[in-house]
Amino acid sequence: MELKEKLVSSFLAFENKGNIDLDSTVHAIRLNAIQNFETAGFPTKKDEEWKYTNLKPILKEDFILFPNVEKSVGFKNIKDYLINDIDSYTLIFVDGEFNSFLSETTHEDCDVCVMSSALTRPKYKMIIDNYLNTIANKNNSLSELNTAFVKEGAFINIPKNTIVPKPIQIINFSTGSEKEVLLQPRNLVVVGENSHVQIIERHQNLSENTTLTNSVTEIFLHKRAIVDYYKIQNDNNESSLIDNTFISQKQQSVATVSTFSFGGKITRNNLEFYHEGEHITSNLNGISVLNEKQHVDNHTLVDHKSPNCESHELYKGIYADKSVGVFNGKVIVRQAAQKTNAFQQNNSILIDDGATINSKPQLEIFADDVKCSHGCTIGQLDESALFYMQSRGIPVKEAKALLLYAFGNDVVEKIKIPQLKTLISKLIAKKLNVQLGFEL
Amino acid sequence: MLKINNLHANINGKEILKGINLEIKAGEVHAIMGPNGSGKSTLASVIAGKEDFEVTEGSVELNGEDLSEFAPEVRAHKGVFLSFQYPIEIPGVTVTNFIKTAINETRKAKGMGELPAKELLQMIREKADLLEIDRKFLSRSLNEGFSGGEKKRNEIFQMAMLEPQLAILDETDSGLDIDALKVVANGVNKLKSEKNAVLLITHYQRLLDYIVPDFVHVLYNGKIVKSGGKELAYELEEKGYDWLK
Repeated sequence: MELKEKLVSSFLAFENKGNIDLDSTVHAIRLNAIQNFETAGFPTKKDEEWKYTNLKPILKEDFILFPNVEKSVGFKNIKDYLINDIDSYTLIFVDGEFNSFLSETTHEDCDVCVMSSALTRPKYKMIIDNYLNTIANKNNSLSELNTAFVKEGAFINIPKNTIVPKPIQIINFSTGSEKEVLLQPRNLVVVGENSHVQIIERHQNLSENTTLTNSVTEIFLHKRAIVDYYKIQNDNNESSLIDNTFISQKQQSVATVSTFSFGGKITRNNLEFYHEGEHITSNLNGISVLNEKQHVDNHTLVDHKSPNCESHELYKGIYADKSVGVFNGKVIVRQAAQKTNAFQQNNSILIDDGATINSKPQLEIFADDVKCSHGCTIGQLDESALFYMQSRGIPVKEAKALLLYAFGNDVVEKIKIPQLKTLISKLIAKKLNVQLGFEL
Repeated sequence: MLKINNLHANINGKEILKGINLEIKAGEVHAIMGPNGSGKSTLASVIAGKEDFEVTEGSVELNGEDLSEFAPEVRAHKGVFLSFQYPIEIPGVTVTNFIKTAINETRKAKGMGELPAKELLQMIREKADLLEIDRKFLSRSLNEGFSGGEKKRNEIFQMAMLEPQLAILDETDSGLDIDALKVVANGVNKLKSEKNAVLLITHYQRLLDYIVPDFVHVLYNGKIVKSGGKELAYELEEKGYDWLK
């Protein structure tokens, strides 16, 4: 059976298993979503938005939709993927299910807990009704697919005037309990007025079996809220990730999403920002360091709807071997959005002849009093810089690595959690196969 | 120390150096002068090992060892230093980190351990003072946004840190005002010893007022057409290069 049919036909069984309340909002949302998915199906290369990323080969697998959950996962199995030298809340999911033993949640000043509990508890009904699936893009069939099976993921609700004292780590593990597994985590983050939260999200396959993750995250920022969201994408070559993240911002809020892509077979990031007020800032940072046949596709959208807002987008990529990068950065400045400042930059270095980058800036500007710019560079390592470094005694391999490392440094510099910054620096150095005698 | 025998070099099939002979002994300062396009910078690059140039004939020897098969970094480890006419900007790498990497790679090549951080810092302070370099400058990205003078001063700072046997200064005087020139020249003079040697490449005699050469050579059309003492520089300043053609 084709994956699409398999998904559609398993929908009823999925809902029945969850003892679903037929009057609930979530049932209506799921039902609508599965219908939309059934109509639209998976995107193909004929779809303009999927021109450079072909899902067909990975969708051929015989995925298990509701895997058996490996119960014997302990801290020793997962500790390498956590930032340990930091005090944090942690939400650990194993094969799609929440593992309370390995996690640290809270309900004290804010709710850092899970979707399954939020969907069933009356006290969260208002939040679910008001926010769930309200900004996820209905034209995105993968997001609709996730919505149809919404069940588990992070649920983070920060009331107003709250600074969450420590970062939240959300990590989704797959253990290979089945040969091919499809995981669909669903995260909801609501941040109240004047509140601040830092979140680190990661997906990790602990086995050599195939994992496809189709994740959706919706983030809501109320007035003056600040969210720093970091995505670490360093999975093995058996794992593919489709990350759909939608962000809605009220006035004077600041949302920053940083995406660090170093691994995985195919990674697709759909990242969309919607402005609902004035004086909003949206920051999008990304760095990809890829080799072998890895493929990372960053599709971003910033929709400027109101005046006096700004967006800053900086994506860098280093591509070796036969790796492929895609950057599609769309910025819409609507007629009402006067005095918008929108900046976008995409810089890529191709190390090997077989590497590819497809870079596509898209600016649609309907307002006349705005400052918008975009820059796109694709190059190779600067030979004269290499000779300069060599002439000072730095061997060519180290010189290359140092130049590449420095190239990505302005993205790394923007990380606000020092331990995370160190981790990312180390991951980049490891990926470039170099030991630096210092931290940049 | 340095012995160049009948050196011929091409770039893209065009012959630039057409048979250079030059010997530099430890403790000596040599100056190479010559008009634009005579091959001065090419000679410097060939000694440092730039791969764009193809050596078709002849050899460059350092302490009796033929350098031709060595990569630029190996030549650096053996004691060759080239101060660039146009130093390259390297955003994201600070002056301090760059010099630390260069020193430790050189030590590694010699089978030595890393220089302890304390010694390194002390050395950096000492050499920065010698060249009147502000400490703040050391935490800036290498050459990025530096003025012409700052770049050149930074080159000599690196030279001071790496303590080469043979320092080749390619147009170090260009882009320097007179005060900066004095500081740089003073630095070079203090670093000079009986064990090392300096090869100055310059258009003008001005630099030679401050770093006094033992020998002056005139390079013209890929060959050394005349050699002499420091007085030759004054003669060139007065008469130009035409009389040598």
